[in-house]
Order: sequence, then structure tokens, then C-alpha cells
Amino acid sequence: MNNNDSFEAVIGLEVHSQLLTKTKMFCSCPNIFGMEPNTAVCPVCLALPGALPVINFEGVKLAVKAALALNIGVNRKSLFARKNYFYPDLPKGYQISQYLDPVSSNGYLNIETDRGEKKIRINRLHIEEDAGKLIHIGNQSYVDLNRAGTPLVEIVSEPDINTASEAAAYLKALREILVYLGVSDGNMEEGSFRCDANVSVRRKGDPQLGTRAEVKNVNSFKFVEKAIEYEIERQIDVVLSGGKVIQETRLYDSKENITRSMRGKEEAHDYRYFEEPDLPPLILSEEFISEVKNSLTELPGVKRGRYVSEYKLTEYDAEVLTQDKDIAHYFEVLIKENGGRVEIKKLANWIINELLSELKAREGEGRSLIKAGDFLELITAVESGSINRNTGKIVLAEMLSSGKKAGEVIKEKNLAQVSDDKGIEEIIKQAIDENRKEFADLIGGKDKLFGFFVGEAMKKTKGKANPKKVNEILQKNIENYKSGRS
Amino acid sequence: MTDDLYRLTIGELGVLLKNKEATSKDILNSYIKRIKEADPKVSAYLYNDFEEAERNAEAADKIIASGGGFSPLTGIPLSIKDIFLIKGKKTTCASKILDNFISPYDSTVVRKLKENNYVFLGKTNLDEFAMGSSTENSAYKTTRNPYDLNRVPGGSSGGSAASVSADLCAGSFGTDTGGSVRQPAALCGVVGLKPTYGLISRYGIIAFSSSLDQAGVLSKDVTDAAIMLGAVAGFDEKDQTTRRFEVKDYAGIVKKADKSLMKGLRVGIPVEFFSEGLDPEIGSKISEIKALLKELGAYIVDISLPDTKYSVADYYIIATSEASSNLERYDGIRYGYRYKEEDGNGMQNLDGLYRKSREAGFGNEVKRRIILGTFALSAGYYDAYYKKASLVRKLIIKNYKDAFGKVDVIIGPTSPTPAFLIGEKTADPLSMYLSDIYTISVNLAYLPGLSMPVGTVKNPSKQGGVLPVGLQVISPWATEDRLLSFAKIIEDEVKFRENAGFRKLDI
Ligand SMILES: [Zn+2]
Repeated sequence: MNNNDSFEAVIGLEVHSQLLTKTKMFCSCPNIFGMEPNTAVCPVCLALPGALPVINFEGVKLAVKAALALNIGVNRKSLFARKNYFYPDLPKGYQISQYLDPVSSNGYLNIETDRGEKKIRINRLHIEEDAGKLIHIGNQSYVDLNRAGTPLVEIVSEPDINTASEAAAYLKALREILVYLGVSDGNMEEGSFRCDANVSVRRKGDPQLGTRAEVKNVNSFKFVEKAIEYEIERQIDVVLSGGKVIQETRLYDSKENITRSMRGKEEAHDYRYFEEPDLPPLILSEEFISEVKNSLTELPGVKRGRYVSEYKLTEYDAEVLTQDKDIAHYFEVLIKENGGRVEIKKLANWIINELLSELKAREGEGRSLIKAGDFLELITAVESGSINRNTGKIVLAEMLSSGKKAGEVIKEKNLAQVSDDKGIEEIIKQAIDENRKEFADLIGGKDKLFGFFVGEAMKKTKGKANPKKVNEILQKNIENYKSGRS
Repeated sequence: MTDDLYRLTIGELGVLLKNKEATSKDILNSYIKRIKEADPKVSAYLYNDFEEAERNAEAADKIIASGGGFSPLTGIPLSIKDIFLIKGKKTTCASKILDNFISPYDSTVVRKLKENNYVFLGKTNLDEFAMGSSTENSAYKTTRNPYDLNRVPGGSSGGSAASVSADLCAGSFGTDTGGSVRQPAALCGVVGLKPTYGLISRYGIIAFSSSLDQAGVLSKDVTDAAIMLGAVAGFDEKDQTTRRFEVKDYAGIVKKADKSLMKGLRVGIPVEFFSEGLDPEIGSKISEIKALLKELGAYIVDISLPDTKYSVADYYIIATSEASSNLERYDGIRYGYRYKEEDGNGMQNLDGLYRKSREAGFGNEVKRRIILGTFALSAGYYDAYYKKASLVRKLIIKNYKDAFGKVDVIIGPTSPTPAFLIGEKTADPLSMYLSDIYTISVNLAYLPGLSMPVGTVKNPSKQGGVLPVGLQVISPWATEDRLLSFAKIIEDEVKFRENAGFRKLDI
């Protein structure tokens, strides 16, 4: 808790997000997680002598997509640069990144805070390659270069964030956009979405920024907030006890919920950035940018707003429907094909209450949605009363499993609701004949036996009887009896 | 069958093969005999692979016999500078750090040579990582100049130049970062062509300085240079710095080159290429060529390339900066030399492994350049060195652009001196660096340049001996056709190869 009110924190976030490309950023090795160590490698990503990088335009496309969605200006010309340092997981001894002239700069992202919407400015988004991984077993270290050369974007915010919860809100919004666009899988635990936080504190009103510490190794949303909270408190304590915050890199320890200083040696890096001479400048044509622009889907926040205002859904329903891009799309197709016959609110309920829970039960089986037209046929069957809602659920499950149409399932399983008056009349008569005593009691005032007869009628029709009709006709029978006409 | 097939050019051998007057196997046998005889004196090769050569020659002969797929390099034995990767073959770059490195893939140049069914004779010596102008920086051996075995062949493609000069191959592929093809070609009396940056793929060539490196050819005459260039030039999707230049029929164009083309041609002579430091005898050889060109009807135009006086300094900042980064991959982790604990003490941790492996793996000149380049790129010095050098490079490019507004080609000496003695400059790196004073600016400006032998000077240390003199020709960006045609006309007049007074080898 930032309990000292005379201080404010200034936070900037650097997010690294892997890109969901088929191949690595500068070679044609597959970009897949979980292969046998050192099997997704080639001369380029192993940094063999003489190998040269080749730009993967699928990666550029995803980076530009993210930039456009984050309102960041896309630069028509950008440069790749080398960041030089030695480490066994970095085969070339340098990382290809962008330094001066990144692919995209100057943008913003709006986040929700306790005090309303807040604009967080984004300094830049640039493309770079990931390093490999070191695996330590006993006192031996092994290098796995499958991840070496996989594409990343680094997104650097301006220090516009003032609290740990704002930081979390920013990260959540950023992640949501990247996942929604298919740019990233946003998996923090697996390291495909990583965040470093630059944190400093100053007395409120002080125009001067305090010295910042960089907090690394924060690998879940929960920890981002905790790590930043801890760091703010630590720095306030340092200042209050008369000390000075030093510029350093600190690692977050989630077990003890503290940040720890890394050894000073790591600080002395001079990366000797210079323009990558193996790659020409990255020139993006207007056609390329507008092609990416056209492929952008409506972002979840905007979509949510539209569902509430245009479709009159509740905030909650809109939120559920927009969480998954495919589901939102399905909902919209459903609305279009429905053409106003069934209320939109009812369509939303069918998805939220029935379809999503069926899909959830099938998780892991590989999702395949039924055609919107088939789903509408089912919804219409229920809403018009030709089958009841419970039968509808059974039909839906069968449709999802077999891929059959609603009509086929209903016919095959003989599930059509009995709603013709004559058929129900007969069944009720049968039930009365078989249960004369109970019927006499009902007439005699034992109202709760009404349910008993409804149940009997449903039993006889194996649940296919339209309950509304059963109620009506049973009621009619009681009245007729009372008035002595039966 | 005549025993001295090895003396012939690629063009001449091609005619014999085509007319079935000789087989590739005959030609190869002639070279094997010559190599066994002469290479122990010259030491041009790091290794030969005669078994591979025999397989290649047999395959070529089959193709020739079948009458299909014949190209001008089919069945021709060539040597390759040990900086090109060849699948399954050792590639050391003349460095201990790549001792026993077997390449798992082919460079694009070698892939194209294989598609042409060439015959691989072996890998030639060079200065370690192509850093040097005498081939004395090789970690393995000292190559000698075929004109005087006590003198250097130049560098860094010294092994390639010597192998062509001593007829140890029909032609050789080298690389030129600051003059590494042209200067040794000049010192060994052969033709050396460095094409426009981006014309030949760098994929699979061990990088020294990425923005300056370019593969080149060393040949017995201009026609061969055109043939060799045509076989390997062109865009490569594996090297994004290659350009989609139109690859012309250079050999066909050269064949048609006629002295009438000289009429009215504007030939630029840069005043900066005749400054102090130029051996006066070389200066007078170049003057003879000037006179010859005038006779043929060309206009001689004095021009100035004012900023080329900075080119050596500029080059040693840009090239060493890029090299310091390009050579970071030699870290002892994945391949190549790794320091072992039993080799000595001091490797307690990762830093120790890096330090010891690189300390023992790299030679002194390579270390000197890594240190220079690391300094030039480091925080606080970047602006004063690397950034400024990049700006100076732009000035040099502009100098050439302005000059080519006034002239069609530029000529001058390739090297300020003829071949120097082994050991003469090793203690003075600066004087060694000046060996490339006339060639370096061509790389900085991405232009094509060629060196051709135009005569000899007396060898001061050897009674009756001579040393070759190279003429450098520079033409505008991507005008190799013009460059080669111009050189061919001069070659036809000078007749260097045919002149017994010029070709006085020390073997
Ligand atoms: Zn790869």
C-alpha cells in the first residue's frame, strides 16, 4: 500500500510480447513452443559463420497491427540495430533489435481507473528477436536455442502510471488488445508476455523525477501489482530514512514478495548499438499499412460499448460476449441471419447461458461451432414452442456432437413437443383415470396436487408436452368437473 | 595430351572441353601435378581435396559427354578462399578459433559453382578473418609471391592470387573488403575484380565487415573474370543486401569489346591517387597506360576525389566496428575452438571461458581490430568515431558520384608499391594499412573495381627479377559490363600474359 500520502510514484512499463508468427523473425525455423531442445534451429539462428538474417514480413505485419491498435504512429522507414552483449543464450553475441528509428512511435492507451478513464502515452513499439534459454541441471548448464530468433515486440510506455493498480490495468488492457488481434497469446506464465517496470517516487508537487529502479522477473498479473507496491513502499522508506534510491535493476521474488538488487556488474552493460549492416532499412509502403489497417478487427472495448448502446445489452452480457473474438463474431452473424425475428437479448442469452456452457464442457476436444443458421433454427423451435427449453438443450448438445441440424435431431429422437390440444387432452384424461383419488383430492382443494398431474402428463410424453398447454388443459378439466360438465 | 594444360585460361580450357580435345580429368591431372610441384614453394593452399576434385571432374566429364548442361565453368578446376563455406568441408578463415570447423551448409557462391559443375581443387590461404594485406596474418602458413618467394602475395586473398599467378588453379574466388582481391591481384600479376556491393550474395561467406565485404574473382585474364562473375552474380533471397540487378552476359559483352569503344571515352585520373607514398616506377607505368588510352582516342580528365584522403581512417573505424560485432559469435560455446581447463588455468566461470577461448583462438591483428571497433562503438565515443565515419562515408560516395558526372571510368594504381618483403611491414600496422590506400574508397562507395596487370618493375632484391604492377579501374555503380570491356581493350594492347619478359616466376 502506498500509505504515505505525501509521495507519488511514477511508473513506466516495458512490455515484451512474443508474436504469433509461423516462423522466426529472421529465419524460416518454426516458431513453436515445446519442441525437443535445439530442433527448431538452422545456420541463421545458431549463428553459424556466414549466416545472414532475412526479415519475416509476417512478424512486421503483426507488429504494425499492434501499433495501429495502440494508436501508435507507424514509421514508413525504420532501422534494425544490433545490441551487443555476450551470453550463451545469445548465439550471435548481439540481438537484432531496433534502436534509433523504431517501426512505430508515439501512441497511447486508455485505461479504466478508480477515478475514471486515463490516457497512458506509449513512447514506442519496436521489433526484436528473442534469446534462447539456459537450462541448469546440477552444476551443468545447457543451451536450448529453439526460442533464439523468435519474434518479439517491445512496447515502452511513458512514465504516466502512478499506482500499482494502474499498472495492472494498463497491462491487462494491452494484453487484451494483443490477444484479441491474434498478435500474441499473452501467456505471462510461459513468458510469451513479459513486463519490466521502471519505478520511482517523489514528493507530491515535486517537478523533478526521482531516481528509478527497474523491476524485472515479474511473471504474472498478480505479481505485477505486488512487485510494484513493494517497490514503491521500499523507495519511500529509503527516502524517509534519509537515504537515496539508487539506479539499479531489481529482481522480484514472488515467494517472499520483495525485490532484490541484482549485482552491480550487470549494470555496466554498454550495448554498443549500431545499425544492423546485414539488413536494409525497413520500408513500409502505404499499401502495406492500409492492408494491415483493413485487417484490424474492432477492439473489445469499442465492441463492448457498441453492444450496450446498439443492442441494449447489459454491461455484463456485453463483457461476456466480447471476451472471445470468435464468439463475438458468431453473435454478430447470428443477429444478421436472424433479421429481427428473435429478440437480440434472447439471442445473447442463448449464447451466454446455453452455447458457452456446452462449449465449456467440451473444452479440450477442439471447438467447432455449429452454423449460425442451424443454431437459429433451434432457437426458433424453442421460442415458437415446438420444443421446450430443456429439450432445446439436449438438441443443442447433440448438434454440437454430431454436427446434425436441429430438425434432424428432433425428428430422429422424436423430441417434438406435443402441443396439439387433442393429444394433451387425451393424456390428461388418462392421468385422471389412473389417479381418481388424487384427482378427487385436487378438486377437494389440495392445490399442490396440480403439480402432480402436470408431472404425470410430462412423464407420459417423455417431457415433450408443452408445459403451458398442459397447465391450460388441466385447469380446464378441473373447472369442467367443478361445473359438473364431466 | 599436352602436359601443361594448367597454363591455360578458363576460356581456353572451355574450348578444349567443348571440342572434346581434353577431358576435365586431363585438366585436373595437369593441375594436380603442378600443385604437387609448385605449391610446396608458394604455399597458396591451406588444403587440397583431390579426391573430391576427381569426383567433380568425372561428373563434369559425364555431363560433357552427354552433351547437356554445359556451362563455361563445367569441368574447370578452381580454388576457393577459405572464407567461403562448403558443406562437409573444413572452413577455418585461417583462424585457430575455427580450427576443425566443418561447415554444415554451402555458401550461395559455392552452391552456384556446384550447379555449374566446377571442380573443387582446395581452399586457399588468407589473412585471419580477411584482416590484412599480406596473408602474413594467417594462423597456419605464410603464402609466398610466385614472382619472388621472399615477398608477400598481398592480402587478404593472397592464397587465391598466388594460386592463380602460379597456375595452381584456373581461377579463384576471393573476397574484397578494402582491397583484398585487387591488391593481391596487383602484387601477383593477375586480374582481380570486386563487383558492386550487392551483386554477389554474401550468404555463407564468413563476415568481416558486412557493409564492405563483397565476393570477388581472381583470374588469369579479363575474359575469365567475366565468366566467373556471370556464374555467381545475382539476387539471393538469403542475403537481403543483394540487389535485383540485371545480371548481364558479361563474357559475351567482353568478347565484343573493341578498341573503337575507347574513342571519346572520358577517363578520370584522380589527383589524390598520385600523391606521396606512390612508388615512382608504378607512377610511370600508369602514365604509360594514360598515353596508350590517349592513342586509342580516349579523353584523359584530371579529377579530384577530395575526401578519399580520409578513406583509410574512415575504413578502419567502420570495418573494425562491424568486425567487433561480427566476431562475437566465436565464443567457444557452440562450435570452433573452446579453451579447455587442461590447457592452462584461469577458466573458473563463463567469463573465463569466453576470455580464454578468444585469447587463444584469435591472432594479434584480429584482436587489435576487435579492440579498435569495440572502442569506436562504445558509449561516449560512438558520435566521435562511428557516427562521424558514417558521415564521411557519405562524402566519399558523393565524391565519386560527382566524378562520374564528368567521366565514364576512373583509373589509377591499385597499390602504392609492388610486392614487399615478408616481414617488412609486420611490425608497423599503419604502413601495412596504407597498402590499401587506393582500393579502400571503392568499397566505402559500394562501387565495382578491378585490378589488372599492366607491366612490371625491376625487383630490387633479385637479379633479373621483376614484380608486377596493377592498374586499378573503377566504374559507376553496377556497370561491370563497362568495367570489364574497358579492361579487356587494355589487356589486348598490353598482352601481359603473352609477354615472357613480364611472366618471370620464381618457381
Ligand atoms: Zn533458424
